[in-house]
Amino acid sequence: MSFTPQLPPVAKLEQKTVADLVANGKRIDERTADSYRPLHIQVGLIEKANGSAQVHLGKSKVLVGVKVETGTPFPDTPDEGVLTVNAELGPLASPLFETGPPSEQAIELARVIDRGIRESKAVDMKSLVLLKGKKVQVVFVDIYILDHDGNLIDAASIGALAALASAKLLKAELKGDEVVYKPGLHPLPLNNHPVAVTFAKVGKTIVVDPVLEEEQVMNARLTVTIEKNGNICAMQKGGLSGFTQDELKTMVHLAVQKSSENRAKILAAAKG
Amino acid sequence: MPEPKQPEKLIDDKGIRIDGRRLDQLRPIKLEVGILDKADGSAYIEQGKNKILVGVYGPREAHPKHIALPDRAVLRCRYRMAPFSVDERKNPAPSRREMELSKVIRESLESVVLTDLYPRTTIDVFIEVLQSDGGSRCAGITAASLALADAGIPMRELVAACAVGKIQGHMALDLSDAEDKYGEADLPVAWVPNANLVTLLQMDGILTPNEFEKGLTMALDACKTIHGMQQEALKKKYLVIKEVAEEREETEVVA
Repeated sequence: MSFTPQLPPVAKLEQKTVADLVANGKRIDERTADSYRPLHIQVGLIEKANGSAQVHLGKSKVLVGVKVETGTPFPDTPDEGVLTVNAELGPLASPLFETGPPSEQAIELARVIDRGIRESKAVDMKSLVLLKGKKVQVVFVDIYILDHDGNLIDAASIGALAALASAKLLKAELKGDEVVYKPGLHPLPLNNHPVAVTFAKVGKTIVVDPVLEEEQVMNARLTVTIEKNGNICAMQKGGLSGFTQDELKTMVHLAVQKSSENRAKILAAAKG
Repeated sequence: MPEPKQPEKLIDDKGIRIDGRRLDQLRPIKLEVGILDKADGSAYIEQGKNKILVGVYGPREAHPKHIALPDRAVLRCRYRMAPFSVDERKNPAPSRREMELSKVIRESLESVVLTDLYPRTTIDVFIEVLQSDGGSRCAGITAASLALADAGIPMRELVAACAVGKIQGHMALDLSDAEDKYGEADLPVAWVPNANLVTLLQMDGILTPNEFEKGLTMALDACKTIHGMQQEALKKKYLVIKEVAEEREETEVVA
């Protein structure tokens, strides 16, 4: 069951400072309302994964690994591969996170990233079929949160795209009942590049890429995922309050611009 | 039940959808309030083939105690689908989808409930989807805010919700199951009318920014209509109580 979360008491003491700053057009880390924190992307850190990316978004750190294995397709999509996105919000990343089964925050994070990749048809699912209805390749995207300083959705989205874009796999073929791999690595076929852009409403002001302190005082949050042609492919509102119609329009337009800036950085980093 | 086959066209040449609706037309909605005996508040909604029952308890003592908040009530919410509510039986174990929806539905309701009046308590909302037909999270929110009102929990106002989507390149209101499945996008929206806030917004599929703006306007117009229906449904319960009371008075006078 989902219930109102308790915020750490420190946040309540800081609430006024953070909110007052934002109301005066400033932010706690001296950014403007529409700018991202410094973004660093490094791919290929994990040799045993098909693709991997470590993303530093300010002090938030996320590691994403992509593994491709053979498995069976879902009965309703016999001619498509399988995509699975999972997120781990472990105690390593924040005193707010606990061990145990995935929290609703982890599930929401994974599902928002999943929606962006799936709905934009980023991974060429048809190319993953080995034998229709029987054997396909399964793409696992595992998101590991290492340090939580806010806006995990964007950090994870950037990491997922960088890891997928830099993923290499052996060409698999079916010989009889056995899967055999041909030598030589191929890139994972990608048709699209979805990038999530997250906003927070602090008081009456909208800021992009909220830090943890801003997330703890925000009224509401909106993630807009934009695909490479500038169309929306996923959205998710979070937080206890909401947005006006005009605020939503403004954020969608800003998301189109911000996503293309980040997409260029991701693809440049993925090329290595 | 085997899944129905994919229809050839979702919209015919005259712009009519598979269930006979126009693009901007809601499915028939039936709302009832106060239909459960034990729950503090309850509501039932039928929207198309959706049949959803919502029960509310509270404010009541927080269990487990550590979730209690010192300054306000904790709002808890569970969205659940019955195993028989869909074509292929749904495993009764809570799915990741249900967990996500429970969270976004709770967040859509939090801002209207005056939780600071009841610190250290919980207010529990149970949404049981008995039959699902597309747009069940929105129908669930519409019914949940009625059930909260029926429980006598102080609220700023009612929340109304409705989805829009894109089928065959056109924005269409209140998608049914088939339209959701074979359409191009789904955009569920919940709206708090007087505060003028969108408190639930999700999207999957592909929409241009212009299509999004058009869809949002359609959804908000529909939310206004649904909000009116909610108010009528709430009043109707008290009209029935009034009639019963008047009948009793009459018989007492005769006796």
